[in-house]
Amino acid sequence: MANRPLSPHLQIWKWGPAMLVSILHRVTGDGMALVGLFVMLWWLGALASGPEHYDLFTRCMTSPLGYVVLVGLSWAFFNHMMSGLRHFALDIGAGYELRNNKMWSILSIVIAVVLTIGFWAVICLR
Amino acid sequence: MGNGTSIGRVRGLGSAHSGAHHWLLQRFTAIGNLVLMAWFITSVLLLPDLNYATAREWLSSPIPATAMALLIISTFWHARLGLQVVIEDYVHEDGTKFGVIALLNLAIFAGAAFALFCVVRLALGGA
Repeated sequence: MANRPLSPHLQIWKWGPAMLVSILHRVTGDGMALVGLFVMLWWLGALASGPEHYDLFTRCMTSPLGYVVLVGLSWAFFNHMMSGLRHFALDIGAGYELRNNKMWSILSIVIAVVLTIGFWAVICLR
Repeated sequence: MGNGTSIGRVRGLGSAHSGAHHWLLQRFTAIGNLVLMAWFITSVLLLPDLNYATAREWLSSPIPATAMALLIISTFWHARLGLQVVIEDYVHEDGTKFGVIALLNLAIFAGAAFALFCVVRLALGGA
C-alpha cells in the first residue's frame, strides 16, 4: 500500500459544485449518524420512560441550542436525501456530462435548503 | 491479485479490499430510509403537536410502531455501513481499523436494540 500513489487531498483541487456536494454528502451523513441517531434514541428513550423524562427532552430541544440541532439535522437529512438521489442517478450511468453534472450538483444543494425552509414553515404555521 | 487481466490487477485494491455487497446494502437501506423518512416527516407534520400524550398515543398504535421499528433498523444499518467507509478511508493501521470497526458494530447494535426496545415498550403499553 505504501508504494502506491496517493490522490491529492482537498487543498490541491480547484473547488467546484460536484466536489462540494460529495463532501456535504459525507458530512451530513456522519452528522446524522452521530448526532441524529443520538437525538432519536433520546426521544424514544424519553417517550418510553414517562412524562418527566419527555419533559426534559422537550425543554432541551426547544432551547435555542436545541433548535440549532433540530434545524441542522433537518437540513442534513434533506441535503443527504438530495445528494443520495443524485447518487442513484449517477449509479445508472446518467448525469456525467459536465454541464448536467454541475447543474444537478448545485440543484441538489439548493432544493435541500428549500425543503428545509418548507418543512419548518409548515411547523411554524400550524 | 492476478496480473493477467486489467480487472484482476485492480481487484481488492480499495481501502476496504472488497465492496460490491456493501455497496448494494448501502443502496437497499437508502431506499428504506427514503420511504420510511417520508412516512416519518409526513406524520410529524400531520400530528397536531409532539406533546407526550400525542406522541405516545401515535407511536403505540400498530402501524406507526411497525414503521418506527423498520426506520430504526434501516437508519442504524445505513449509518453502520456509512461510518465503516469513513473509518476505512481514514484509519490506515490494520489493528486500529479492526478495533474501531468492532466498536462501531457494538455501538450500532446497542443503539438499535435500545430504540427497538423503547418502541416495543410503548406499543405493548409498558410505559
